[in-house]
Parts: sequence; structure tokens; C-alpha cells
Amino acid sequence: MRPLTEEETRVMFEKIAKYIGENLQLLVDRPDGTYCFRLHNDRVYYVSEKILKLAANISGDKLVSLGTCFGKFTKTHKFRLHITALDYLAPYAKYKVWIKPGAEQSFLYGNHVLKSGLGRITENTSQYQGVVVYSMADIPLLYSAIIIYCIGSEAKDIQLPVAGSPDHSMDTQQRS
Amino acid sequence: MGRKLDPTKKEKRGPGRKARKQKGAETELARFLPTAGDENSKRLSSRARKRAAKRRLGSAEAPETSRCPSANPLTRKLPKGAVRTPGKKGAQSLFNAAQGKKRPAPAHGSDEEEEECEEDGVVNQGELWGSEDSDADMKDDYGADSNSEDDDDRESEELLPIERAARKQKAQEAVAGALWSEEETDEEEEEEEMSPEPGPEKGDETDGGLQINVEVEEPFVLSPAGEMEQDILPVQAPHAQAPDLQRIHKRIQDIVGVLRDFGTQREEGRSRAEYLHRLQRDLATYYSYGDFLLGKLMDLFPLSELVEFLEANEVPRPITLRTNTLKTRRRDLAQALINRGVNLDPLGKWSKTGLVVYDSSVPIGATPEYLAGHYMLQGASSMLPVMALAPQEHERILDMCCAPGGKTSYIAQLMKNTGVILANDANAERLKSVVGNLHRLGVTNTIVSHYDGRQFPKVVGGFDRVLLDAPCSGTGVISKDPAVKTNKDEKDILRCAHLQKELLLSAIDSVNATSKTGGYLVYCTCSIMVEENEWVVDYALKKRNVRLVPTGLDFGQEGFTRFRERRFHPTLRSTRRFYPHTHNMDGFFIAKFKKFSNSVPQSQTGNSATCTPASLGQVTPQPESSSQPAKKAKVAVKTKQQLQKRQHPEKASFEKQNGNGISKEARSDLSTVSSVTKAQVSSMLQDSLPPKKAKVIREPKVTGKLKRQSPKLQSSKKVAFQKQNAAVKGMVTETPAVLSFSKTQATQKPENCVQPFGKTQGAEKVKQQLPEQLSKKTAFQKQNGTPKGPKTLTMSPLGSSWSPPAKRRKSQSRGSSQPLLS
Repeated sequence: MRPLTEEETRVMFEKIAKYIGENLQLLVDRPDGTYCFRLHNDRVYYVSEKILKLAANISGDKLVSLGTCFGKFTKTHKFRLHITALDYLAPYAKYKVWIKPGAEQSFLYGNHVLKSGLGRITENTSQYQGVVVYSMADIPLLYSAIIIYCIGSEAKDIQLPVAGSPDHSMDTQQRS
Repeated sequence: MGRKLDPTKKEKRGPGRKARKQKGAETELARFLPTAGDENSKRLSSRARKRAAKRRLGSAEAPETSRCPSANPLTRKLPKGAVRTPGKKGAQSLFNAAQGKKRPAPAHGSDEEEEECEEDGVVNQGELWGSEDSDADMKDDYGADSNSEDDDDRESEELLPIERAARKQKAQEAVAGALWSEEETDEEEEEEEMSPEPGPEKGDETDGGLQINVEVEEPFVLSPAGEMEQDILPVQAPHAQAPDLQRIHKRIQDIVGVLRDFGTQREEGRSRAEYLHRLQRDLATYYSYGDFLLGKLMDLFPLSELVEFLEANEVPRPITLRTNTLKTRRRDLAQALINRGVNLDPLGKWSKTGLVVYDSSVPIGATPEYLAGHYMLQGASSMLPVMALAPQEHERILDMCCAPGGKTSYIAQLMKNTGVILANDANAERLKSVVGNLHRLGVTNTIVSHYDGRQFPKVVGGFDRVLLDAPCSGTGVISKDPAVKTNKDEKDILRCAHLQKELLLSAIDSVNATSKTGGYLVYCTCSIMVEENEWVVDYALKKRNVRLVPTGLDFGQEGFTRFRERRFHPTLRSTRRFYPHTHNMDGFFIAKFKKFSNSVPQSQTGNSATCTPASLGQVTPQPESSSQPAKKAKVAVKTKQQLQKRQHPEKASFEKQNGNGISKEARSDLSTVSSVTKAQVSSMLQDSLPPKKAKVIREPKVTGKLKRQSPKLQSSKKVAFQKQNAAVKGMVTETPAVLSFSKTQATQKPENCVQPFGKTQGAEKVKQQLPEQLSKKTAFQKQNGTPKGPKTLTMSPLGSSWSPPAKRRKSQSRGSSQPLLS
């Protein structure tokens, strides 16, 4: 387990910034303690310092996981964000998409969402923008997912690689 | 085209146009069937009953005489046309009932029977039906046989038809029992080529049963031993056939019935062991268990429960799930799942997050809520240890065998993601599921590691609470994994028990006893074997400074404090056992420990200098006042350990018995009394209060241990104990003195010792009993001649009549009667 190098940090932050913009700082300086990123076996873990102290006692080959796994670095040192990071990205997401209940199930199981399935969408979402997908805000505690690819405001469909995550009744924005 | 036979058609009687019409086939048959016995139909009026009675009297002799001889020939016919299966029997009974109970079913070759011997055939057939099916409705005509003796009594019209039917049924059952066993014999003859020797024996009993025991069911007859063996091992017989499960099932029920009331229902010449043996083998065959496991289960459960337990293991437990309160609430989740088409209910009063699923139209492990981490599929019994552990926020918790992560996530949700959890498992494959589950459920305060649990205090220790869900033989979750029925044997259980003991000791060592909010350990297994549960817990009580505390679960069966030849510590009553057949959850065992001292008691024979002043220091400033005496006792023990003198081996054993505080205190008594420590003398002197306490507590407990000691007496020790007896407060100054005195005997002689000793001498006469006991303990140590020598000699061996110690002595001796390293 080691802290991230500069290069790795840069790569990772770039990726995350696609979804939450400059709110990155909020991830690190949290009111309930300092959190940091650590790299272990090519995976990036987001842990608070308290946990870090205890985890330092565990030898590297026996350590399996800490805190939350944000993503991992591939062999070519690209950063791939994982669904487990959704919890932390969702509150700070800059662009959100709400999908209708009918499209939600198919979305969850991996299919694209057509434009007709969109319930609401943040303004000024440009094409290929990373968004966070929510279910209709009226229904609490439901699903949403990270879009790695983007939507086009004129595009017919939304590409979604992976499904699943909690829903937050966030501030709603009018459909453009 | 023959006449149609319609059983539901009633024949019209009496004057009138309808009566003159051509009757159906039923009426034709009625001519052939005897009228005897058809009067117990409910439809008869009182006059009709009188008429029937008259008729019966007339025809009573004929059926009676033919009954017995026809019994045997009848059995020969049984294989031919016998109706054996309950289904068929039921159908027959219905059929006969529909016919107005006037005649037995003609469809079964009754014609042949009738042709042979009319009344006999009927009667025999009646017996036949009775033997097949003890349904009284089937046989009205048979009234002759069973009513033969009782006709005179029963002809009275006060008896309702139903009562008569009931009595007939009883008679039929009696016959049925005899015939049934005859049939068994026949079957066995066919299958295993047995000699028909049992046949006549049963035939005699049949007759006897008919004549004598009309009202009592025929006692179950245990087939001879030879037969039993053949039946059990059909493969050895030339005509090996699969054992008839129905027959075995019935035999199981019969044997259980016999054993329940063994005195009256036993067969002469058969011992209880034979019945039990037979039952065991039948159960093993019927439920597909191995012999070893079934033997263990028979030890654990009374017979009625045993069958229930075995039945419960055939059926899976209901699916339960636990709401993840980090992400949702139970009622919201229930609502969402109901909307998806899941039929569920809250789990019970005892759980605020559990839900039980009755059925579901969607796969319960694949709903969006599941993927979102709103709930976790978890057995109901797996929620219990975490509830017992009761983790608080901002604590450090260790989960030693965490896979697949259900309990770990429950702990995290109770702690609301604060504090730190270290989730460990030795199996790398299963750790992946842990990681997956934790991430899915949104648990952020957990570190997952891959150590062998036994390495634990070395890697990192000092946890507030520890949960140990030890790997076990799985005998409580047979419904999930039926392979356990056959692949577990003695070696497996003992191996599991050994591993569990090691893990438990490591877990105890990882707990920090001085934790402000914790110091607790929960040990649980999904097994019901005593070797893995109570035995392991008892071992830990002896080996470490822990004691059992109530789990906080108000339901469940208490753990055993004694089992067969073993005796466990009485506090084992606070552990809990759960069974599939009583609680409808997987078999489980939960024990909650509280560690009250971080020091590890060392064995006497091994290292005498292992306890360091640091540990002593650690012990003494313990904030837990309640366990202070225990701690002081611990100090005393340590001092004793550091004693380089030859120690009595029995004393060593006492030292090691680290059960609860009580035994510890007893030990401390031993140690303080007999310990002759140099270094700790000063500490003992300084800590006058603790030794006093220790001594006071010591008194009663000592007795038990003292029994084993050699009855040598030491006056100094006597004095010490006397002091204790006399006045607790007063002893403060004296006890150190006594101790020091003893110590001085060994090494030095502090000045202040002399005076107290003098005092003690004076007070010696107060109580002689305790000194006896004490002296026994310490006798071996102090060989110095003491002024109290004569007194000591006169002391009789531990025969104190002081009741409190006596009582405790008994419990102590019971508790300590177990070998140390069982």
C-alpha cells in the first residue's frame, strides 16, 4: 500500500473531474476527517486516516481491500473508475440525468437508454459529457449509474457501460 | 351388459312404488353378502338395530369359528389382492363407506373369498381391510369378530354407532398390527429368503391379540436380530432390494412409540439397546445419515425431538434478508420489494432489520435493490451473533472469519460506518465475496485481510470487540448442505474442535480488556455438536482470563452445563443454542465472553517467570472494580508463578483453571496462601486491600481445590485463612503479613511480618476449618516448622462443615473435575 505518485494522481483526478468537476477537493477534505487515496495492487482505495493507521500494520500481501475502492489502474496506466466510487461521486456530480422507470430496468441490465426514456436532464450537458444517472427523483432509494460515455443533447441514445447505485433526491433541474 | 353398480344408490325399502322397481346391482350383491355386521351403520333406526342384534346373535357362531383358521390362509392371499398402500386403502375405505358399509368392496376379489366361505370370507376380508387400513368405516360386517366377545355388552342401544365403530376399529388395529408384522415377515421372506420362523410366532400373537387385547394396539414387535441385520444390509442378500422406506418409516414411529412408554410396551426379552440400535439404523437409512452423526444426534436430542430435527433438516429454512440501514429503511425496502412482487414479512420482534421472504416472482438476489446494496441475503441465525456483540460506534472490531461478509456488514451498519473493522478470512477465494459485498453495501470503514486467524494478536491486536464465527462441521446447516450427513466423522469433529480452540484463544488475546467500551468477544458456530460448542467455550474459560456473560438474546435454548460424562462450567447456561426444528433457523451456537484481564495465565509447570511486572502493573490499575479481586488474584497468581520453589502439581492445575472470576479467585487463594514470592511480597504488602479481597473471595472457593491437595497443613496458612474468616477488614493488615510470613519462610523476613504473625497466632483458634483447607494447599510449600505445627497436624483433612464453602466446593469440584486440557 502506498500513496499515489504524482502521475497517477493526475491521471485519476482527470478522470474523476469528468464527473464532478472541480469538486475534487471536497473528497479529500471532509468534515469528518481527512481522507486519502492509496494504491494497493493497482487499485486505488479511498480511506480515512483512521483506517489507514490500522491498515498500516497489515502486510502488503495479506491486505485485500481498504475502505472503498475507487478504481484501478490498468496495465497501461490508465485509470478506470469503478461503480463502487458512485457513492462519492453522486453528491458532487455536475451533470445529472434522470431516467423514467420504464427505461430504468433495461438500463440496469446493460442496455442503452433512448432519449424517450429520459425523464430529466441537467442543462447544458454537452455531448460526451460524463453524467451521473438517477432514477426519477420522486422515487427514493432507487438506482442510478455512472455514464462513462456521454450523452448528446441531440443524440438518440445514452451509452451506459455499467449499472447500479443509489439514488439521491438531488436538486432537480429543468429539462432543457 | 350387466347391471350398473352404483355405490351411491340407496335401495328403497318399504311399501311403495319405488320399492317395487327393479333394483340395481348393489341389491343383487346384498344377497350374497352376509347381513351380519351391517347394522352398525349410522342410518339404522333403533328398531333396525334391535333387529340387527337379533340377527347377529344368530349368526355369531359361524363367523367366529372361522375367524382364526382363516387368519393364516388369509395372509397367503394378502400378497395377491392385498391393498397395501395408504392411497389404495383410502380409496377402499371411501368406497366401502359409500356402499353404506354394508359390504366390503366387492371389486377386490371378494367374490372368490365369498365363494370359498361366505361368512368366513367376509370376516376375513374384513380383517384384511382392517389390517390394511384401520379405518373402521370400511368394515361393518366384520362386526362379528370383534364384537363376538363384546356383543353381549355392546348390543345395548345406548352405544352410538360411532362408538361401536370405534371399538371395532381398535380391534381391527390390534389385528392389523399382528397381520402387518406378518406381512413384514412375508416381505422379508421374499426379499431376503428368511425362514418363515417368525411367521408362526406372529401368528400366535395375532391370535392372542385378537382374543385378549382387543382394546390395546398390538405391541410393536421387534424382528429378531438376524432379520434386522439382513434387512439393514440388503446388498448382502441374493435378492437385494431397496429398503422399503414406508415400512422403515412406520417402524421408526413404532419404535419411538415403544420407547416412549418402554415399561409397558416393550417386547419381552428385548432390551432397550436393541430397540435403540434398530431405531438408529432405521433413521440412518430413512434420512440418509451416516452412523456416526446419527449416533451423536441421538445423544443430543430426546427421541421425539430427534425425529423432528431430522425432518427439519430435510426442508430448507425460509429465505431471510437483512435491510442495509446505511442505505435504506426496512419499511421502504419492504415496500419496494413488494412492488416488485416479493411476498415478505418482518422477521420477528427480535430483529429490526430482518425480513423473511415467503415467495417471490423475481429472483431475490438480482433485484435492483439488491444490486444497489439495500439489503443482504442472510440467514436469520447469522444475525444473532452480531446482535449479541452489540458493536458501538467508533470502536475497533475484528471479525476473524468474515466470509462471505454478512456479519461484517451488519457490524458496519450498526456502527454507522464509524470506527474501524478488520475483516479477516483465511480463504482467499471467499474473500472476494467479502470485498464485493462490502462494496455493494456501502461499507467504508473496513479493512479486509487475508490472515490465518491464529496469527492474530501478533499482527495487530487491541481490539474493542472481536467476533469469531469459527469454521465448524456444519451440522446445524444440514438443510443447506446434505453432504454433511455422511461425510462427517469423529476425526472431522475433533479437528474442527482443535482449530476452534486455537482460534478462540487467539481471538481472546486480540481483545483489549481495558477497552473503555468493549472487551467483549462473541464466539459462534453453525454447529450443534457439543464438542465444538460447549467444550471449546469451557476450554477457553480455563485457559484465559475471560468469563461468560449473557448474550442479550432472550430466546433460544441454553447451552449445556453437562453432557454425558462431561461437566462444563455453570456459566455456560448463558450461551445459546438454536435449532432448525424449534426456531426455524439454522442450527447455531452463540457464546459471549468478557475479558477482564489482559494478562495470560501461564501454566505452572512451564514458565514461572513469564509474567512480567508490566503485566502485573497492567492488572493492578484496572479500572474495573468488580474484577479487582480477580485481578489481585491474578497478581497473586503471578507471584506464585514467579516462585521458584517446587510447586505442588495439583496446585499448578488449579492455577491453570482460569475459568470465571470465581475460579480465579480460588486460584488466587491458593496462590496467595501458598505463594512465597520475593519480589511480589512488597507489592502484596502494599496492596493490602486487594489481597484482602482476594482472600475473602478465596475462602469459599478454596475448598474445592483444596480437596485435591495433600492434607498437610501449615500453621501460617491456617492463620491466614482464619484471618479471612474472621473479619474481612481486619485482615487487611494481617493478610499481607501472613503472606509475607510465608514468604519469609521462603526467602526473606520483613520485619512487619512478625507482629502480624503473632496476631494471627492468637486468632488461630477461631477457626480451624479454613486453616485446614488452606494448609492443605500450602502444605507442600512451607515445610518450616511453625508454632502452629501441632494444630496443623491435628487438622483433619478437608472436612469442613462450613456450609458455604461446602456448597461452593461441590460446584467447584464439579466445575473443576474436568481434566485441564480436555
